[in-house]
Amino acid sequence: MPRNLGYAAVLGVLAASAIAFALPSGGNVSGKVTYEGTPARQKPIDMSKEPSCAAQHPTPITTETVVTGPGNALENVVVYISAGVPDDSKPPAQPVSITQKGCQYVPHVVPMVVNQELKVINADQTSHNIHPLAKVNHEWNKSQPPGTPPFTEKFEKPEFIPVKCNIHPWMHSSFAVLKNSHYAVSSGDGGFTLPNLPPGKYTVTAWHEAYGEQTQDVTISGSETKTITFVFKAKPY
Amino acid sequence: MRKTNMKSMRLFFAAVMVLSVPALVSAQQMESHIGKHTGHADAGKQLYYRYCWGCHGFRGDGNGENWLPTGSFLEPYLNIQPRNFAAGTFKCRSTPTGTLPTDQDLNNSITRGFVMSAMPSWITLTDQNRADLVAFIKTFSPRWKSEKAGEPISVPAEPKLTADSIKHGQELFQKLECWKCHGPEGRGDGPSASTLTDSNDQPIRPYNFAVGSRFKCGVSNQDLYKIFMTGVDGTPMPSFADVVKPDEAWDLVHFLRTLQVTHKSPELTLWESTKEGAEQVASRRVGGTPTGSGIR
Repeated sequence: MPRNLGYAAVLGVLAASAIAFALPSGGNVSGKVTYEGTPARQKPIDMSKEPSCAAQHPTPITTETVVTGPGNALENVVVYISAGVPDDSKPPAQPVSITQKGCQYVPHVVPMVVNQELKVINADQTSHNIHPLAKVNHEWNKSQPPGTPPFTEKFEKPEFIPVKCNIHPWMHSSFAVLKNSHYAVSSGDGGFTLPNLPPGKYTVTAWHEAYGEQTQDVTISGSETKTITFVFKAKPY
Repeated sequence: MRKTNMKSMRLFFAAVMVLSVPALVSAQQMESHIGKHTGHADAGKQLYYRYCWGCHGFRGDGNGENWLPTGSFLEPYLNIQPRNFAAGTFKCRSTPTGTLPTDQDLNNSITRGFVMSAMPSWITLTDQNRADLVAFIKTFSPRWKSEKAGEPISVPAEPKLTADSIKHGQELFQKLECWKCHGPEGRGDGPSASTLTDSNDQPIRPYNFAVGSRFKCGVSNQDLYKIFMTGVDGTPMPSFADVVKPDEAWDLVHFLRTLQVTHKSPELTLWESTKEGAEQVASRRVGGTPTGSGIR
């Protein structure tokens, strides 16, 4: 009988520790990205040479180099842990994707982890060529006519890569190839959250394609949520 | 007195020689293999700093003194920036987009030169010289140390030339929207042509098929097949390997040849013998008189 109790106790401890490991324990870093100053006015895009795309935009769209929201919110900023967590030992199984739709890249900024699969989709009735101008990784350039199936690619090294379609010169995107999957992209209100961070010291980096990058150090103890803000200086170039 | 000076000088030079050895060793180790020739980087280095560096630069980054980027206050001597060997991205390859070219590919580029650019043919050098140059060029980018050249794409045997093949190639030229850059008649004047820049942000023109018989990366139908199936890396020209089947690719080759209206190719001859083709080619030729009247 005492022996059985002993087994039960061992089992109980095992179960408790299993739950502790399985639960996403730890704290969060969340906050907001804003700008100060006057951002450059985004230029309207003339898609008249590509009627199938122009038809998808009843009101003409503008370039997306700087996208802002109410309260000086800055969208499309990649916020990620640049120091304090180990690199992902293997890339996430789920691919990230980018879609060419209405002669725009959706989403405009695509974060991914080194060696994670990137799925490229053409939802348009026109040919695109997807051309990541990589410097650290390999530069490649592939044509994707309408109706062709998506293809996948991956990048072997961390890098921020400008992407363009040479056929439609207004189409620009950025691939952010990162070392770990603790990243977020600021939304329309500038908000972001980096969840599931075990207690420790971290460096958080915010990267914007036109305004460069900023870093902040945070220390997380227990399961607290630290709030930080990034303020970028708008360049009225 | 004089003697001791000489001695210390000799010692100094000896020290310089010894200290500079590690730098030389890394260059010497790179080799190239082209046919029966093995190229050595140390031999190629001598040739590079004699023939190539005026354009390609001391560091192989394409910033030689003959190159001035667009926007500088002097007119550039060169219309196209010389290849930046340090970037490890190459235009003419038999290998898929994003991969390193083979030694033979680099050797072909040096031997052939680049049409419509300042890069001449170096066929006057010996085979061994060119193999040595290929080996030395590979010392500028660290990519050559960490990875192998890509696997050359397979080019199936060219099917028999027929008018149907040319016609199908023409449909593909429309469908794949080659004309967006190369223009409806292949004159390099498509709607996107004026906006094109290479990967260094320098303006670049799409290839104009009407001006001659040579392509940027060769002269044969096989070369033409490889150009669009591998892409011209570092330029707006993408790879079509994932979207064009081999037999379709040959159809496109046959049609593209007919755009070379000043070159009497078998494709052009056959196309002109059909009613549709004859009308098309006639409308593409620039007409007019030597005095300039009636030019269209």
